[in-house]
Formats: sequence, C-alpha cells, structure tokens
Amino acid sequence: MAQIELDLAHAYKPNPQVETDYALLPLKMSFRDGGAYALLGPSGCGKTTMLNIMSGLVVPSQGTVKFDGVDVTRSSPQERNIAQVFQFPVIYDTMTVAQNLAFPLKNRQVPADQIRKRVGQIAEMLDMSHQLDMRAAGLSADQKQKISLGRGLVRSDVSAVLFDEPLTVIDPHLKWQLRRKLKQIHHELKLTLIYVTHDQVEALTFADEVVVMTRGKAVQVGSAEALFERPAHTFVGHFIGSPGMNFLPAQAGGGVLTVQGQAVQVPQGLAVPEGALKLGIRPEYLQVSAVAEPGTLAAVVRQVQDVGTYQMVTCDAVGVVLKLRLTPQAQAPQVGAQVFLHVLGPHTCFYKNEELVA
Amino acid sequence: MHDQRFHKRSIFLAAYIIFALLPIYWMVNMSFKTNEEILSSFSLWPQHFTWGNYLTIFTDPSWYSGYINSLIYVAINTVISVSVALPAAYAFSRYRFLGDKHIFFWLLTNRMTPPAVFLLPFFQLYTTLGLMDTHIAVAMAHLLFNVPLAVWILEGFMSGIPREIDETAYIDGYSFPRFFVMIFLPLIKAGVGVAAFFCFMFSWVELLLARTLTSVNAKPIVATMTRTVSASGMDWATLAAAGVLTIVPGAIVIWFVRHYIAKGFAMGRV
Amino acid sequence: MNPTEKPVNQKAWWLVLPVLLCVAFSAILPLMTVVNYSVQDIISPERRVFVGTEWFAAVMRDEELHGALWRQLQFSLAVLAVEIPLGIALALSMPAQGWKSSAVLVLVALSLLIPWNVVGTIWQIYGRADIGLLGHTLQALGFDYSYTGDPVHAWFTVLIMDVWHWTPLVALLAFAGLRSIPDAYYQAARIDGASKFAVFRYIQLPKMREVLMIAVLLRFMDSFMIYTEPFVLTGGGPGTATTFLSQYLTQKAVGQFDLGPAAAFSLIYFLIILLLCFVLYNWMQSLGTAHKEHAHA
Repeated sequence: MAQIELDLAHAYKPNPQVETDYALLPLKMSFRDGGAYALLGPSGCGKTTMLNIMSGLVVPSQGTVKFDGVDVTRSSPQERNIAQVFQFPVIYDTMTVAQNLAFPLKNRQVPADQIRKRVGQIAEMLDMSHQLDMRAAGLSADQKQKISLGRGLVRSDVSAVLFDEPLTVIDPHLKWQLRRKLKQIHHELKLTLIYVTHDQVEALTFADEVVVMTRGKAVQVGSAEALFERPAHTFVGHFIGSPGMNFLPAQAGGGVLTVQGQAVQVPQGLAVPEGALKLGIRPEYLQVSAVAEPGTLAAVVRQVQDVGTYQMVTCDAVGVVLKLRLTPQAQAPQVGAQVFLHVLGPHTCFYKNEELVA
Repeated sequence: MHDQRFHKRSIFLAAYIIFALLPIYWMVNMSFKTNEEILSSFSLWPQHFTWGNYLTIFTDPSWYSGYINSLIYVAINTVISVSVALPAAYAFSRYRFLGDKHIFFWLLTNRMTPPAVFLLPFFQLYTTLGLMDTHIAVAMAHLLFNVPLAVWILEGFMSGIPREIDETAYIDGYSFPRFFVMIFLPLIKAGVGVAAFFCFMFSWVELLLARTLTSVNAKPIVATMTRTVSASGMDWATLAAAGVLTIVPGAIVIWFVRHYIAKGFAMGRV
Repeated sequence: MNPTEKPVNQKAWWLVLPVLLCVAFSAILPLMTVVNYSVQDIISPERRVFVGTEWFAAVMRDEELHGALWRQLQFSLAVLAVEIPLGIALALSMPAQGWKSSAVLVLVALSLLIPWNVVGTIWQIYGRADIGLLGHTLQALGFDYSYTGDPVHAWFTVLIMDVWHWTPLVALLAFAGLRSIPDAYYQAARIDGASKFAVFRYIQLPKMREVLMIAVLLRFMDSFMIYTEPFVLTGGGPGTATTFLSQYLTQKAVGQFDLGPAAAFSLIYFLIILLLCFVLYNWMQSLGTAHKEHAHA
C-alpha cells in the first residue's frame, strides 16, 4: 500500500518541441494510499503509458515517480513491489491454480506453510478455493483473470495493483461480477488500485476518483459526481455521460447572450462571463417548456425515442442539435413542434477555449 | 532485458554464426584459387586471386546449363505444387467430406517415404513414358514430396481466415473462382510465399531423384558436380566455384522471404 | 478452425482431385511397382516367379541390414539429441526485431538452401588434412584426424555435418514459436520475480511445444532417410561405418540390381518410418495431454 506521486512528462523523441511530440504532457498527480483510481480516456490518450510508467515497465523521459516519497523512477517493477493485471489473462499454463498463486511467493523464498496459508486466503477471496488443484490452462477467461489478479494480491506487502483494461476479454455478463469482486477486494485489503479503461461505466463504478485523459493530457481528476456535474474540459463533458453534454457556441456581452444569432434572455441572478463562450448542458438537465421563458432557446423537435428507462428527445435549435432526456412518464412533445429549451440554468457550464470558466 | 543476459547470448550467437559460415567461407576461398595453388600451399585467403574458375563455369555449357536445368525444373515444380495444393488446401480447411482425414494423413505419409524407395520405380515409369532426361520428369517426381507439404502449409494459413469472409463474398455475388483469386489469395499471400519457398528449397537441394532421371539434356547442376574427376585428379577449384554458385539462388530467395520465414515456419498453426 | 464447425460437402472432392492425381501418379503407380517386385523373383524380364513373402523373410534375416538399421538408429538419436537443444538455444539468442534480426535470420538459414551434395562436398573439402581448414587445423594441433580412415572420425564428421546442415531448421521453428509469445507474459514474469530459467521453463518452453513437436518429427524422419550428404562425404565408409539405411537400399537396388529384395526392403523401410513416427507422435502428444484436454473448457 503506497502513495504514488507523479511529476513527469514522456516524449517519444529526445527534444520535444510541440504537443504532438509528447506521449504524456507534463503533469503532476498524486494517488493516495488505499485509493481506487481510474484512468479513463479513448485509445491512444496515454493512459496505458502512464500506467506502465507507474509500474516501472517504462521510464519517463523527464520527471519522477515517487512511492511513499521515495524516488523509484528508475526502479524495476519488482523493486517497486507492484502488481499488474493485463488485458488478457497471463498465467503459467503448465501450473495448477495453486502453483500459479504461489509463484511470486516462491520466488521470494517465503516458507512453504506461509505460502499455503496465503494462497488459501486469496483463493477464498476470489471464490476459487475449490479450483486450487486444477490446471490453470483449462479454465475460462474470467477465472484466468482472477488468477492473474490473485498473483498480484498474494504478496501481502504489494504497494499498488495496476489494471490495464482487464475486462476486455471477459464476457459481458461476467464483467459486472468481476467488477464487484474488485470493489470487494478493495474494501477488504485497502490497496491502492489504479485501473485503466476506455469504458466510462467501468471507471465511474470502480473508482473513487477518475482521471480523464485525452491525447497525452490529463484534463480532469475528480469523483464521478464532479466529472458529471462540472466537467473541467469540454472533452470530459463530451466523453462522460450517455449521451455526452450538449454544447452551444454563444456570445455574451453587456448582459445579453446570443446563440447563433438568437438572443437568449439571462435569468435573474445568473452570472454569465463575457465574450465568446461555449455553453454546456447535460441532456439530463435540459428542461423543456412549451412557452418562451427567461433562459430559453427556441427549437424544433426532430425525434422522440423511447429507450425504455427514459425518453430521448432530439431537437434542432438554430442549426445545433440538442438532446434531452425525459422520464418515461413525462409527456413528450410532438415531432415538429416548436419548444423552448432552458439552456441557461443552474447546471449550465460555461467554457472558454474548451476550459471551464464558470 | 538485462545486459548480462544479452552479453552471453550474443557470444553464443556469434560463435554459432562463425561455425555456420566457416565451411562456406572456406569453399569461397578455394573458388578463387587455382588447382595448383590449392594443392601446393595452404592459406586462409587466395595468394593469387583468380576469377578463372567462375569464368569456366559461365563459359562452359556443360557447367552453366546445369544451373539453368535446375532452375527450370524447380520453377515448374513450384508452380505446379502450389497451384494444385491451393484448391485442395481450401477443401481441407473449409469442408468435411468422405475420407478427408484419411486423405490428409496419407498425403503426409508421402513426405515420410525415403526417396530411395522410388528410385527404381521412377526410373522404369519415366522410361516407359518416354520422359527420361526431361525437366518435366524431375518436376513431377518432386511433386511427391512438395505437394503434401504445400497442402499442409496452406491449410494451416487458410484455417486462420474466418469463414465469414467466404460467406460475405458469396452474398455479394462473387463466383468461387473470382472470390478465390481476388479476395482469398491476397489474404493468404504469406502462406503462398512460405509454401513456394519450401517447394523451391526441397526441389533445389534434392540430388538422388534428380540425378537418376536425367542424363544429358536436363542434367541439373547437382549431378554435374558429382562428376568432376578428370585425368589430372579432382578439379577442386571449379568444384568449389560451382558450389558457391549453387548457394546464390538460395541466398536470394531467403532474403526475399525473410519476413515470412519467422512467421511462416509456424505455418499459421502455432 | 474447429472441425465440428465445418459443413459437410462432398463436392469438395473436386478441389482435391488435382492433388490426388499428381500424388497418385507419383506415388501409387511406383508403389504398386515396388509391391509387385517385392513378391517376385525376376530372373530375367521374361521369367518371373511368384515367391510370396520369401524376400521379406530374407531381408529380415540379412545381417548387413541389421547393421545398417542399428547404425541408422544411433545416428538419428544422436542427431535429435544435439540438434533440438542446440536449435532451441540458437532461437533464444537470435534477435527478435530490427535489421539485425533479418541479417541473422538469413545467415542462419543459409545452410538449409545448399544442395545436399554441395553440403557433402563442402565438408569433404573442409575435413581433408591437405586442403581443408578443419582437417589442416586438427592435424596442426596434433590430432591424427582422418574421416576416410577412422570409423569414429567418420561418424563424428557425418554427425557434425548434419548438425551444421539442419540445426537451423529447428532454430527457425523455435524462433517462430517464441515470436508468438506476447510481451505481457515477460512483463508479468518480471513482476513475479521469476528467474531467467523459470521464464524459459514456464513460459517459453510450453509455448514452443507445438513447433518443437514438428521439429522433432521432421528431423527424425529426414535423418532416418538421409542419403546424399554422407554418401558424398564418406561413401558409406570406411567400410560400412557410415552406411545408413538409404544407402544400403540404393546399393541393393541400383548397385546389385537385386530388385526383389530391394523392393521388399523398401516397403519395410517405409513401414519402419511410419511406425516410429506414429509412436513418436503419440508419445509427444501424451506429454501434453492434460494441456490439450482442458484447452476448450
């Protein structure tokens, strides 16, 4: 169990000049001891690179990695005492489950009876006690991943467990089982867990805090709620949520807000920053009314979809597509009807140059 | 990778490569000497460097025709082997049919037959057919070993291509020949390359059958080389030069298929 | 591809027909001839007497054959014992990527593409005391080395020649097997603190299993059928020290023109190989049976 501090950047070439030369743009981050974190982002955003830097498989081109204050930048994964679970199960085919789990301990010359005890404990935690003597090669993918995980947990002094999209090869109906198991283990063992994924559901359900990344940059670190309510970057707004945040280009000046030429009256008490803006509002928070009110924008309903647990209404407002969610019970407007959307409200986020300003 | 490990392995690798190249180097060395020099003195490189031996080979028809003959029947054999193997491999890879496993196994057993067993029967067979001393005779004789190998290799590669591709092509209206040539072949071109490489390799290096079935017109270089004794004794120099020249086509072929060798030796099966 | 997913289609026979024609022509017709000869005494082209299994019995009793068979078995076992471990070691030391990988690959594979008689010739020259590097050096060091005169020297020379010639095949197969191992396995082993030997034993060797099986079968079969290289190098001598089965057969068939016994022996030869391959194959399968059984749990 360790606290991990990162203060680094990683570039492909020795003399990075522009942003695209970097795999990871300069960042400074701290993962507290015993916390569960997720690194979330699309493919190629650098999350796996960051994970490999933390585990020691990659040395950053500049900067440091510290475990509990100790500089481990050049230390090997063994020296850092981390465990890593990969995208596909990595097990020793010729060994049984018990032998697989015992392997890291055997390599450290731990006495045999201690090994047996520990292996039994971990197997119990993973619901694999009855499979200890089976050949690892014959098991299903999710069981093999549990073994991979188990090998990481079996060392009682493991500093952190790093996951690189571990549920990729698991059948969908088993994914949530494994996720629950991971949460359980986190709860029991209180280990520092860092989980890389491109699936926001995985990230948001697993982690206490999520690091959202894109193109080598960590754009926001926060709890699921913070990411949802106040995305620090338009990317986060867009990436989190299903569907993502609605965005509207706008111009504010002298108490008047114009969206694509249309004026929107600013409601009482709402402070709006000046200049060129982007408004962001989530479909979950976009209210609709039949009449014009302060803070609304006129729009035409294009499509109403009944998705089962909610209704998705797609509107066209001054050429911009906006989506909003309604409960199944609510009365959805007719297709083609003119409605008014509350684009300015307490949940609206204001962005300048893609960054949150208010 | 730790540096320690690399160091030991590099030494071992270097030692092996020296072991592998030394005999070849020695032959190259000899090929640039004259017979007199070879027999009279011993040196690690030619004291009196000469192109004479190579000149002999390039100008004397009884020598260079040997190379041409070999190349001809090897080429014929490779083309036939791969061509007939392709549809058969496809059948084994995609369908089950009566006797399929048995035929496949029987094909492989042909590879297990000592060529010596076929010496006499082939001799009689091709004499009867009037095909003795022709390129086609050797090409056909080598089919015995190359066709099973080609089928085996190609089947392995083909099994790696999902059936869905075939089905999609049929739905899109491709006839079987068109599908095979335009869609399927490009997907398995590594396999075709590997199969062709092995066919070339085996046919090029084989001596027994090639020599038995030829005498003058289609005499391959391998046969020519076994008869280089003259009145003045063994013609080592020319022999060495001839030997060096037989390695050249092989080296060229390996160079071209080097990317496929590592992948292809697994034959798509591993 | 899972065999149970393949549909049944008898029309596939048409696709297999060309192959069958080629191989049948090259194999069945001659084989029939061989069987024919093996049961007849051909005193002259006109006079043929059916003798049943007489030739087979004679062949089995033949002392020379026993000698050749025994030498052959020793040779093939020696070949396997040296070439398999050496090939694996070579594969482990070959670079995996980059221009170095290509260069090493070409240099290592070179010996596989040399015509077999040239292989014999190379070593024939190489081993001579007067004009060969090896022979000359050994003499200079004080060894009385002669592959033409001393049976033991001849044996070793033939063995080393075969090792030189064919180890690259094992190495290339093993190399391909190694390349199929994803990096993550090595990374996980580092994290688990595994020693280099443990990595070899638990990761590399198991993953190379299938290719190694192919290598063992191929090398066994081919060494059992070997003819050209030893023939060019030693001619089977001194005496019969390096006369293996193929040469024995060729002598009988072509040299002595004993068609009947030669044919009978041909069949026995082929059956021996088939039998040994079958046994070898099953034995190797059983070594990894549990592995295969659970493979599709």
